[in-house]
Amino acid sequence: MSAPQHQAHPSHAEKYGHEDGFDVHHHDHTADHGSLKSYTIGFVLAVILTAIPFWLVMGNVIEKSSTAGFVLLGLAVVQIVVHMIYFLHMNSKSEGGWTILALIFTIMVVVIMLAGSLWVMYHLNHNMMPGMSQDLIQEAVPGSMQNMQHNMPGMK
Amino acid sequence: MSEISNSSAATMGASPSSRYYVKEHHPENGTLLGFWMYLMSDCLIFACLFATYAVLGRNYAGGPTGAELFDLPLVAINTSLLLLSSITYGFAMLEMQKKKVKTTLIWLAVTGLLGAGFIYLELYEFIHLIHEGAGPQRSGFLTSFFALVATHGLHVSFGIVWLITLMFQIKKHGLTPENGRRLMCLSMFWHFLDVVWIGVFTFVYLMGVLP
Repeated sequence: MSAPQHQAHPSHAEKYGHEDGFDVHHHDHTADHGSLKSYTIGFVLAVILTAIPFWLVMGNVIEKSSTAGFVLLGLAVVQIVVHMIYFLHMNSKSEGGWTILALIFTIMVVVIMLAGSLWVMYHLNHNMMPGMSQDLIQEAVPGSMQNMQHNMPGMK
Repeated sequence: MSEISNSSAATMGASPSSRYYVKEHHPENGTLLGFWMYLMSDCLIFACLFATYAVLGRNYAGGPTGAELFDLPLVAINTSLLLLSSITYGFAMLEMQKKKVKTTLIWLAVTGLLGAGFIYLELYEFIHLIHEGAGPQRSGFLTSFFALVATHGLHVSFGIVWLITLMFQIKKHGLTPENGRRLMCLSMFWHFLDVVWIGVFTFVYLMGVLP
């Protein structure tokens, strides 16, 4: 029973006999650590994906701000995926698939939390007393906000 | 299954070297997986802060808005510093794999300096905002802004402390398996902070200045 299995891992048994087990261990998982090429590809992609949103906003490229917002969010998601793959070396096999499982679970919780908070708070804002809304105060008492703003620190 | 039978085979009277393999292999994976779990829970902290900002981000209370306050060129410099520090850390990991202590330390130092530059610019921005009267107590928008961005900044600061500690460890003990594992964990932490920063500069700064 034991003999053939030792034959199956002769390299492990031998190599781990050396003082330097660390190098050998990492040799088994070279794919997890990336290479100069993968880091460079990741970096170039990240630079492009960072430059585009800054250019879009600073150059006022997209007129409609809701469209611009969606484009920005889309680019951010793509860049996060790029970072995950090229810098964090995520793949479905690392740690026997447990890292990707933890990631999927986290994304699920995050999406529920973000979408849920926004949904609930949006409706809460809608159902607030009309007097609480900033715009309505300005409409009802013109000038009052401007006077207030003069007394406030930090206003231009 | 094969691992288990292997371990029993090892304890039954095989050479001690194979026992070493079985005992050492799993704890290291456990550390990295455990650290990943920590990062995921950290991710939830940031998600809460992002959700808070998403809800309160436009509650200016008659105070200054993002479009008035944010200095996009400064944010762009900050972003590039953090992005550069990500790739220099990657270079440090590659040198670590080649077992070159000196170049590993150099790349780690470059990473630390870039991180320190990031923190410096962020503190400069915060002090500037507070001097303008746009401190965290000014409006819901600024409260959530400071909470989110400062939490990220604190993470980076602690990352730098960790990095300096590791540099001394490597200098003293060399690239031992323990130090290699620590470098791996810090690498995950550092790249994770860069990922969070993508969310910050997109969602807070860029979308904050949109009309």
